[in-house]
Amino acid sequence: MEALIDLLQKNALIPREDIARLLDLTTDQVEEEISRLEREGVILGYQTIINREKWDTDIVTAVIEVKITPERDGGFDRVASRIAKFEEVQTCYLMSGGYDLLIVLEAENLRGVAAFVAEKLSTIEAVQATATHFRLKTYKENGAFHHFEPAPERLSVSP
Amino acid sequence: MSIQIADHVRDVPRSGIRDFFEIVQSMHDVISLGIGEPDFATPWHIREAAIYSLERGHTGYTSNLGLPRLRRAIGKYVANHFGVHYEPLGEVLVSVGVSEAIDLALRAILNPGDEVLYHEPCYVSYSPSVILAGGVPRAIPTRGADHFVLRAEALERSIAPRSKVLMLNFPTNPTGATMPGDELEKIAAVCIKHNLTVLSDEIYSELTYDSAAHFSVAAFPGMKERTILLHGVSKAYAMTGWRIGFACAPQPVIEAMMKIHQYAILCAPIMGQEAAIEALERGEQSMLSMRREYELRRNYIVRGFNELGLECFKPRGAFYVFPKITSTGLTSREFSLQLLREKKVAVVPGTAFGSSGEGHIRCSYATGLDQIKVALERIGAFCSQLNASKAAA
Repeated sequence: MEALIDLLQKNALIPREDIARLLDLTTDQVEEEISRLEREGVILGYQTIINREKWDTDIVTAVIEVKITPERDGGFDRVASRIAKFEEVQTCYLMSGGYDLLIVLEAENLRGVAAFVAEKLSTIEAVQATATHFRLKTYKENGAFHHFEPAPERLSVSP
Repeated sequence: MSIQIADHVRDVPRSGIRDFFEIVQSMHDVISLGIGEPDFATPWHIREAAIYSLERGHTGYTSNLGLPRLRRAIGKYVANHFGVHYEPLGEVLVSVGVSEAIDLALRAILNPGDEVLYHEPCYVSYSPSVILAGGVPRAIPTRGADHFVLRAEALERSIAPRSKVLMLNFPTNPTGATMPGDELEKIAAVCIKHNLTVLSDEIYSELTYDSAAHFSVAAFPGMKERTILLHGVSKAYAMTGWRIGFACAPQPVIEAMMKIHQYAILCAPIMGQEAAIEALERGEQSMLSMRREYELRRNYIVRGFNELGLECFKPRGAFYVFPKITSTGLTSREFSLQLLREKKVAVVPGTAFGSSGEGHIRCSYATGLDQIKVALERIGAFCSQLNASKAAA
């Protein structure tokens, strides 16, 4: 159901009736398929993309690179999930390359980020080193642009 | 004293689309299903490649035949997509859109009075291009009940002693018709039997849906040597304004087409050629994602028309549907004009594509879904109005 997921990823609010017409299914079939995807954990949730230039503009977003010592049992998973559970952590990936975890953090202000790094993150025994970067401006987020290109003009009737 | 227009030009009728376009231009807030080009801007990576080539100062003429790198890319692309192998430097010519290539091909092969057959409804330029090249156009009507497929029997019946060329356009503008492989094979056999040259305009070939394969007539045995295969980047890669098409044909034909092209045009613009290289070499993913979008909209609009009682077969190609409007009791032209005036929806009357388009309208779904929705609602309201006035009468 790649097409269904594509449609929901572009616009989770698209009416079920429209999906049915686009995919040539009945509305019931669409409902059923979406429930199945939710049940199986393929769809984890539906969120709104907020323009941070316009809303909650004071919120600070930090990207933190973290080097950790993997554990003998469980590798990175236990430490990673321990970090991911903090509410301020929006995103947490295990990365290849020069560091291990990449964390996207949201906090009220700079001090909030500093406190998280100093008191929570760095004190975890497996954490060897961190490097914190701050977001200055957003151009594109989850595939959506913050400044839209106007639609190109076309002739109103053409062969 | 006024300048006299040449007789053969004066006698060419104006395009039925142009006529309509002027009415639409004079109105406000029209929703248009009349647009024969993608609603997407050219994918960014292609635009970016063109910008890069401008930055490097690539702004001059190219070889008359087109940039060798582009012709190599075309050779490879055509081999992969159509299964036909052309020698890139001798059998490929880059033109200003397929439109120019049609003109070149017809002028290169027609002697005065030679007949050109084509299936109708068809693209607006076919008949005038034949006339301007000194040929005689002969339309072979195809039928809605037959999903506008060209039948070999119909072709064979239309062949006359002066018949020299068959023009094919599958997927078809305006009907969205496609040709099943076995039907196309029969057409190929007739062409061989009657020694017809085939001018195959396959500009919509990538836009084939339901996982159906596109067949090129040039791929059948004995056909490559008698086919001029025309294609371009306009439709599949959303590049209409770049004006890049190409012709693949036996070397003497390309040589003849090049003679006209070099004196009339010199070469296709280099910016477009550079962009086309990027499209053909790395555009597959962007093309597929646009195709997916068209396919969904097609499903939506086909169901919409059928629910309104306007019978519409589900075409497998291009981005047009060709619903039947005879149930309204109006002609194509009346229907389109009244719909435009009363509900501000622009569609193109089927007759703009030849008399066998009567009883149909062409609606493009290369238009955003939100627009398609509103257009269908307005067409629905228009049809109920017609029904109500019919019942009252």
